Amino acid sequence: MVKSTKKTIEKIYMVLILLLLYVPIALLIVSSFNASERNKAVWGGFTLKAYIELIHDEIVMGALYNTLLLAFGASFIATILGTLVCIGMINMKNRSKTIIMGITQIPLLNSDIVTGIALMLLFTKFADLSFATMLIAHVTFIIPYVVLSVYPKVLQVNLSTYEAALDLGASHLYAMWKVVVPEIMPGILSGFLLAFTMSLDDFSVTYFTKAPGLNTMSTMINAEYRKGIQTEIYALSTIVFLIVLFVLFIINRRSEKLYRQQEESGVVL
Amino acid sequence: MKKLGSRLLAGPYIIWIVLFTVIPLCLIVYNAFTNSDGSFTLGNVLAVTDYVNAKPLFLSLNMSLIVTLVCFLLSFPLALVLSRYSSNKNSIIVMIFILPMWMNFMLRTLAWRLILLNNGFLNKGLGILGFNPVYLMNTKAAVILGTAYDYFPFMLLPIYNALVKIDKDIINAAKDLGATGFIILKRIMLPLSLPGIASGIIMVFVPSMSEFVIADMLGGNKVYLIGNVIEQAFNSGYADVHLGSGLSLSLMFLIIISMVIYKFFDKGEGGHGLW
Repeated sequence: MVKSTKKTIEKIYMVLILLLLYVPIALLIVSSFNASERNKAVWGGFTLKAYIELIHDEIVMGALYNTLLLAFGASFIATILGTLVCIGMINMKNRSKTIIMGITQIPLLNSDIVTGIALMLLFTKFADLSFATMLIAHVTFIIPYVVLSVYPKVLQVNLSTYEAALDLGASHLYAMWKVVVPEIMPGILSGFLLAFTMSLDDFSVTYFTKAPGLNTMSTMINAEYRKGIQTEIYALSTIVFLIVLFVLFIINRRSEKLYRQQEESGVVL
Repeated sequence: MKKLGSRLLAGPYIIWIVLFTVIPLCLIVYNAFTNSDGSFTLGNVLAVTDYVNAKPLFLSLNMSLIVTLVCFLLSFPLALVLSRYSSNKNSIIVMIFILPMWMNFMLRTLAWRLILLNNGFLNKGLGILGFNPVYLMNTKAAVILGTAYDYFPFMLLPIYNALVKIDKDIINAAKDLGATGFIILKRIMLPLSLPGIASGIIMVFVPSMSEFVIADMLGGNKVYLIGNVIEQAFNSGYADVHLGSGLSLSLMFLIIISMVIYKFFDKGEGGHGLW
């Protein structure tokens, strides 16, 4: 009796939080189909107008394109640099490691606004703000996430398999690529994903380092939400939500498979 | 024995962080301690004690503490429940609770605008139920709500991860020895999830401390935070890079100091917590 009431309370609590989390998103999506222009809380009939306008809107589509290009480019560069430094740190003295890891934490502990301003001060001193400066800024603030995901995996690498590969005639590069990289791959992947989402979601750093006229989704929304294209932004949110749902579904499927494989191989071993 | 990994591999990264993390910070420090003609001054760093800047700073501090507390109070019970429902990390239920985090942060804030506007969804709903409308738009409450909503997953995830790792045997042993639910919570769950709680608090407190765009969207210009002051110092008609840098530096110091204080308390509690 007591146990079942406890279970019910737990369930109600979960549902309440779920409502709190999803009702705002649902309202955004519903608003995109609402034909009523002035007030979205009043239903004015169903329409797909916002979606048609969205496709032809250069401001919104341009921002979406920039956001994706920036996130892919920045997390790609960050993943390579971050992975290399983690492998390079294996043979370093403890003191150098501590210094590198310490500096790595700076963008994490600094608030976004300070990172953004600091980079803006640097860029405006030496060059004009452009897509390149946005890219550099994004790499800078997402790189810690890569390092912090890859480094623990690098510490677990089994050195004797690497040495065995060398003894069997593999070159350093070949052994690294065939033995070490596959072992740290889960760390690299999760670092990439984390970096990617951080870049997608960023507002402050982009806001201070962006070139005039060049927008990501966040800065575009900030510039436009008071003006006329609101409904298109709501339509955009539907699309973003569907993409997120799809990507997470794929990741979840993949990691479940990985989890099962690990369990199976654990049994074999 | 041949060693794995040449130290040279670290080269590109080290060049990168020196150029784009260390030097920019030095620029902030340099700008903070000089004025427009390049001579040394403490004025910009001390500007934070002026009433016009101190007021937004305390408002930010006050609001981010409330936001952190709200996030913690909502997510700790949820994390407890979730940790019992699912044994492996990839559970779909947890995914559902974290998913809103992947929606663009500005879109999430925009959603709260839709709800809280004076003729928005909230008042529409209240009207249908026969209640008087509430005017939350452009108030502190609206900004707190929006910020807490945005950062909630950052509190939930680390706490959940810490709770899931707790060995079920410890809890069962405590039960066998006659511990009540409350004692288990106080003596086992809370102390063992402390590292998760700590990183949750940092991940919510630090960004909400320097927030300015949520205050812009949900607070109008009624809620003016230290983040807004700094942003204005760089981007308005009467921009002052030196004042902005000085205030940024003060903000950085404040965050570092609160983290040190927090670490100090954290150690004190963690020491005698478990047994």
